[in-house]
Amino acid sequence: MYILQVIINGILLGSIYAMLGLGMSLILGIVKLTNLSHGEFVILGSYCSVLFSARLGIDPFISLLITVPVMFVCGYVLQRVLINHAMSRGAEPALLVTFGLSIILKDGMLLLFSSDARHVSAGYSNRVIKIFGLDISLLNILLMLLSVLSILLLMLFLNHTYMGRAIRAAADDVEAARLSGINIGRTFSVAMGLSAATAAIAGFCVSMKWTFYPSSGGRYLLIAFVIVVLGGLGDIRGTLLSGFFFGLIQVIGGANYGLLISYIFMIIVLVASPAHSAGSISEK
Amino acid sequence: MSEIMLSVDSLTVKYGEMTAVDNVSMIIHKGEMVSVLGPNSSGKTTLMNTIAGLNSPCGGEISLEGRSLNGLSSDKIVELGVSLVPQGGRCFSRMSVFDNLMVGSYSKRSRRSAKSSLDRVYELFPVLYEKRSQPAGSLSGGQRQMVAIGRALMSCPRLLLFDELSLGLAPVVIKDIYSAIKHISREEDTAIVMVEQDTKRAMKMTDRTYIMLKGNVVLEGRPAELSDDAVKKAYFGS
Repeated sequence: MYILQVIINGILLGSIYAMLGLGMSLILGIVKLTNLSHGEFVILGSYCSVLFSARLGIDPFISLLITVPVMFVCGYVLQRVLINHAMSRGAEPALLVTFGLSIILKDGMLLLFSSDARHVSAGYSNRVIKIFGLDISLLNILLMLLSVLSILLLMLFLNHTYMGRAIRAAADDVEAARLSGINIGRTFSVAMGLSAATAAIAGFCVSMKWTFYPSSGGRYLLIAFVIVVLGGLGDIRGTLLSGFFFGLIQVIGGANYGLLISYIFMIIVLVASPAHSAGSISEK
Repeated sequence: MSEIMLSVDSLTVKYGEMTAVDNVSMIIHKGEMVSVLGPNSSGKTTLMNTIAGLNSPCGGEISLEGRSLNGLSSDKIVELGVSLVPQGGRCFSRMSVFDNLMVGSYSKRSRRSAKSSLDRVYELFPVLYEKRSQPAGSLSGGQRQMVAIGRALMSCPRLLLFDELSLGLAPVVIKDIYSAIKHISREEDTAIVMVEQDTKRAMKMTDRTYIMLKGNVVLEGRPAELSDDAVKKAYFGS
């Protein structure tokens, strides 16, 4: 019974980790860019959920209706006016730009929100429900549903819309995509918008589940990176699986060993199968 | 002669210090079929890529029905009705055949007619309909080339550029693909430019021929009017 409890908790938690890795994986797979400011995007999402739910007095889940579009637009504009230009000068300048962004965002949040620990809670945050004799946190179930729903929506978008197909085409062969009439700059910007939107959802989960500071971004960047490497770069299904795997390890290893064990796994993957990380945006 | 579709006027393209296309002029009429021949590294591919907007010229002018294409990005050029099937087809191997074709109708002009274009492509290449949900990467070389041609057709082009369609394909497959292209040229009233190494077949098929050597056009004319000797001479530059 105890083992079942652990596995279920791990999977529930894993959906949050999958969400964390997803945005990073999208950008790596499509734009071929390591976004070093992804962690700050996540924490920005967390602060947005604090801000909107507390200031407007609405349920944190409802605040997502504002946070997600706002973060999408931020990501889109950032790519359009800044990162696309940096990328036209090569991969390293773009990488440095994302590093600079992460510093600016971190210090900006420190200035605006102070260094106090924050957390978002709702009336149902600590409620536990019993299913088949197992104690399961209601919040974990809600966050899992949210993550799964977002991922399904994202996959529907990628598989069945013109823009979604354009994004996958650009991930596959940029030049052939250009020749098919696709505006690559715009496509990359939408991809970054989507990545920022998933970061916002991940940040929301973080704010409901744990406490966070302006400087928490680095930690989540690292976690996202581990998940992406374990799942194969740009592979959405792989990212999901490795998110769940990561979640399980966190629950089994606990606060002391969880991260350590997952880093060891990452090193094993990198040593044993480097080709694995060449990955792909999966078809369906 | 009918109206001019595309005119290339003293075009020069350089890669750094190296001149790939040197002062080339070319005219394609509406509905015409033209072949561009020449040995390796004679600038044919660079010429095609430049017309399609992948390279920017460092001198000269490309215009489509009097409208300059210089400085336009590839997606704008596709929107204006020029589509290039690049060397090797370059279909999106991880996407299904259907998705590959749908990517072709991304441009705003062609979206409205996406459904009818799709039917036409499936009619032209029935095998693509059979394999529509398979990833393009799992197809044979000839079928991948069909996907690439179909993808270009989906954009409703008025000028189609083919870069070495027959490269690496079996002769039987080449025959099928060439007959499909003849069909396109007849039925769709699309002007076609074919870059080829297979001189004989290409000259037999097309209305006019340009032969390029080391970045220059060394010979042009109607295939019937060009003597074998002249072609050989142009080809080997002796």
